[in-house]
This record gives sequence, structure tokens and C-alpha cells, in this order.
Amino acid sequence: MYAFALRRLLISVPLLLVSSMIVYALVHFAGDPLRDLEGRNPPVPPAVLEERRRLLGLDKSLPEQYWNWLTGIVTGDFGPSVKGIDIGADLSRRLGVTMRMVILAILLAVILAMVVGVLSAVKQYSGVDYTATLLGFIALSMPVFWLAALLKEFLAIRINQAIGKTVVYTIGESTPGLEGGLLTKLADQAGHLVLPTIALAAVNYAAWSRYQRSSMLDVLNSDFIRLARAKGLSRRRVMVRHALRCALIPLTTVVALDAGAILGGAVITERVFAWHGMGEMLLNAANDQDVNRLLAWLMVSAVIVVLFNLVADLLYAYLDPRIRYA
Amino acid sequence: MTDVTVPKPDMIKADGPQRDVSSRDFTVRRRSQSALVLRRFLQHRLAVISLVVFLVLVLLSLFAETWWQYTSTTITDDLSQGPSLKHPMGTDSTGHDLLAKVLAGARVSVLVALLVAVLSTAFGTVFGALSGFYGGRADTLMMRFVDLILTVPSLAILITLGATIAGGGGDPIVIALILASLSWLQIARIIRGLFLSLREKEYVEAARCLGASNRRIIFRHLLPNAVGPIIVNATIVVAVAILAETALSFLGFGIKFPSTSLGLLVAEGQSAASTRPWLFYFPGLVIVLIALTINFVGDGLRDALDPQQNRVRA
Repeated sequence: MYAFALRRLLISVPLLLVSSMIVYALVHFAGDPLRDLEGRNPPVPPAVLEERRRLLGLDKSLPEQYWNWLTGIVTGDFGPSVKGIDIGADLSRRLGVTMRMVILAILLAVILAMVVGVLSAVKQYSGVDYTATLLGFIALSMPVFWLAALLKEFLAIRINQAIGKTVVYTIGESTPGLEGGLLTKLADQAGHLVLPTIALAAVNYAAWSRYQRSSMLDVLNSDFIRLARAKGLSRRRVMVRHALRCALIPLTTVVALDAGAILGGAVITERVFAWHGMGEMLLNAANDQDVNRLLAWLMVSAVIVVLFNLVADLLYAYLDPRIRYA
Repeated sequence: MTDVTVPKPDMIKADGPQRDVSSRDFTVRRRSQSALVLRRFLQHRLAVISLVVFLVLVLLSLFAETWWQYTSTTITDDLSQGPSLKHPMGTDSTGHDLLAKVLAGARVSVLVALLVAVLSTAFGTVFGALSGFYGGRADTLMMRFVDLILTVPSLAILITLGATIAGGGGDPIVIALILASLSWLQIARIIRGLFLSLREKEYVEAARCLGASNRRIIFRHLLPNAVGPIIVNATIVVAVAILAETALSFLGFGIKFPSTSLGLLVAEGQSAASTRPWLFYFPGLVIVLIALTINFVGDGLRDALDPQQNRVRA
């Protein structure tokens, strides 16, 4: 399995390379890192523009710029930022903050999708099924920014009032300057995590639970389930060990495919809850026309998406014993 | 897309010439195919209600000036009023009537989403059709290109483009073009998969024997057989595009003043959510309503056009 994982990682290298070219071309042709200087009144002296151009390497040819940028990235140097930020250090701090929310949201959404999907498949055309379908449609039509803001502005206050003290926080990823041990810090972070994670999970579970429902229905109607029942296994055991395991394979594919969409959703929830994570970095970089920060963000997200797909591939082998990655 | 239509008894007359029966049978089947689709759609009550609600919403917002006394720029004397008979959705702090603003925002958001659906469906269909029909190396190359674009979160590309193209001016047409440039991937994949199997069918062979060109086979023989998935996907694109456009506008990289969008209105409303909650509630509810009705219509269309397909939504 390790050999397979390694091979898959090696295959992703050319993929990421081509992806980096496309991303580089996109940012290069779409943005103008000198715009904020050029548009200034009174005009900035030409020498300043020239200096900025030289600093960002814009005086070189495009392939040369790309090459310099690429070799920099491989050694962990993401290039200069127009705002003078150390992109690498900034990114690694923000990555931890964002991935905390993203991974929790994925777990929550997967569990929700599994429970809802299996329940509505087992009890097809029942009240449970119809309710789940309706809720799924509503979640599918819910703009994530509106749901997040709704939780933040209306639900959070009610919860905190009901309990009598602030338990769920609505601003930031942790309380700045908090004193205390590890446990206090963890509890504080958890309190900040609750609402953004729920918002992010809620908009994603809907489509997944529909997949789970239909793949579970397919499996439940197949011969091996009837055989498992016929040979005397309990209904519960058949459901969990045989049917669910098989029905999880399509869900794995869908979740991996949606990894990019979840990162996008995290940008929005972070904005609503004022987190200082990857989302804020992307929005600031786009506002500042900071080419290198944008590129760093896009490349990191591409790596994350590739990693998600790798995990999905490894999960297939666990779920489907016919697949061997020897 | 296979519907077994039982020929009506009066058509199978023993005395009629065989050839005549089959050709008449064929014309009847063609008509009954679309009639069947329509009937199945009409049986999906939720989808029909949704379609009516959606159309009413679109018409109301398109002709807002003729039936509602305020426009989105009218400044009334009522500042920060809650919902009332005079202002069903309330007013903001400068005295704008929120209903008029929501109508204007819905008009822009829906038109952008429809434009995205038309553009991306047209391009994605042709892209997928060519890829699937010709196959081989061109197919591999084209599909790898699609996969590559999918490795980067589309919202990030949208933000990058939205912030830079046309100086981030926020023109609805430009935003629609940007959204369309990323929305065609799904339909391209679906049509490509469909064409891979359709091109092996006997009727393609028959058409080729009769000397039909590739172009004719693609557009006259294969595309009509793919029309169901195309229509269903186009409706889904409308719903997805509404959500994407409002999200982009909410973040400040989409539609901007002087034009307006429902996402922009939610962003404005959120800043005063605790004191004037109606400014936040109503634009968001309208987004949900539009997206929900379109999703239901899409679901009904899927059931009507393709009863055998799994009812799975992406």
C-alpha cells in the first residue's frame, strides 16, 4: 500500500506542474500587480514603479518569471509580496486554522450524509425519507454565506443567552491573548469552531446524502445482501458490515471530488466569522492584486485537492476488498 | 430515454400495408414521446408549483416598475422601517424600499444565472460532444484539461478573475462570462460520457452508410438523443450559478454598485443584522426561494425526461 501511495504521489507531480502553469498564466494575464501604484494621484515617480517591477521580477520574460517562481516554490520560497508579507510563514499558520474547520466539517457532513442516506434508503418512501429529501433540497438551495450569517447573528446569541455565558463564539478562530493551559485553549477553539463548521457541513451534506441513499438502495437490492440474510445473519449485521461498507464507495468518490468546493465554502464561512485563515488570505490577496500570494494560495489548494483524491484512492482499497494496491 | 409506447390498436390493422403502419407508428411515437414527457412532468406536483412560483417571481421582478410604486433608487421618507403594508419588506437607513431593491437584485441575479446556463451549456455540450465523438488522443487531452481546472477550487478562480478582469468593475455581463467560463465542465463530462456510448449505436452506422458527415451525425443524430441530460443539467446550472453569483457579490468580487444583486443586498443587510434584521432576512430568503424552485423543477424534469436514471443530484 505504501508503494501505491508513493506511486500515486509521483503521478501527481506532473499534474501539479501543469496545474501550476495554468494557474500562473491565469493570474499573470488577469491581474496587474502595479495597478494600485499606477492609479495613484499624485502619480508615483517612474523610479518607484521600476523598482516594484524589478522586485516582482516583471522585467524578465514570462517563461523566466515562471521558472524563477517554480524553483522558489520547490524550496519553500513563495516570492515577494507587494505588501511585504512573508508568504510561507503566513500561509503555514493560516493553513492550520483553516484545515481544522475543513476537516471537521467534512467529517460532520460525511457522518450526517451516511446516517440520513442510509435511513432514507432503508425506509424508502416513508415519512423519514420524504422529510430527508425536503431538507436536502433546502440545504442544496441554501447560500452558505446566508446560512453562516444566520447562525452567527441570530442563533449564537440565543444559545449564549440560554446558557448564561458565551459558549459559542462568532468572531475569530480563537480568543486573542487567552491565558490558561492546553485544555482552556482547546475549549476556546472548540467554541469558535462550532458555528462555522455547522454552516460548512450543512451545505455539503445534502448532495452527499442523496448519493448515499441511491447507492444504498442499489446495494440493498443486490444478491449478496439477500444471501447474507438467507444464511442467517442479523439484519443489523448485514446493514453495517455488508451493505453500508459497499455503499460507501460512491460516497468516497463524491467527497474527494467536492474537496475543492469545500475549500471554496471555507473562504465564505471564514469571511462571515472573521477568521484569520486561508480565506482571508485569498480575499486580501485578490484585493491587493498580490500575484505571489494568490499563486501560493492556488497552489496550496491544488495540493490539498490532490491529497484528498489520494486518500480517497486508499479508502477504496479498504472498502472494496477486490481492489489491491500491491 | 427509451419509452415503450404501445401502438394504438387502430393502427395495427391487418389489411393496411406493412410499410404504412410502421411509418404511421413512428410519427405517433414521436408525438407521444414529448407528450409523455410533458405528462410526467405535470404529474410531479412540486415541480409544477415550483415552475409557476419561479416564473411569477421572474415576471414580477422583470416588470417591477409597472406594478410597484417604488424603484430601487427611490428615496422615501421612511427610514429604517420594519415590514409594513406600505413597505412589505421594510426600508433601509437611507429610506430605500427593500422590496424594490430585492426585485432589482433578483432581476440581475436571475438574468446572470440564465445567461451562465445558456453559455456554459452551449460550450460544454459542443466540447463534450467533440471529445466523446472523436475519442482517442484528442479526448484524453480535452478531458485532462477539464480535470486540471477542477484541481483548483472554482471559487478561488472566480475571486481572482472577479477582482481583476475589467478592473473589478462588477458589470453583470462580465460576471456572467466569468461564471460561465467555469460552469461548462460538468456538462462537458456528462455529454462526453454519453457520446462515447451513443456513437457505437447502429443508427450512427446506418447514417454513416448513407454518407452523412461527422458534423451531421453529431448535430442531427447524436445531440437530439442527449437532449434530456442537457436540459436537466442546464436547470441545475441555473441554481448553482445563482448561488455562485450571490456568493461572489457577497464577498465583494461580483456585481457591484450601481448594479445590484441579491448577494450584495445580503452583505449590506448583514452589517445591521441585529438592529434591522429584515434587511438581512428577505434578500436571503428570495435567494433560497429561487434556488429551491429551480432545483425542484430540475428534479421534475429529470424524472420526466429520464425515468430510468437514478434520482441522484450533484
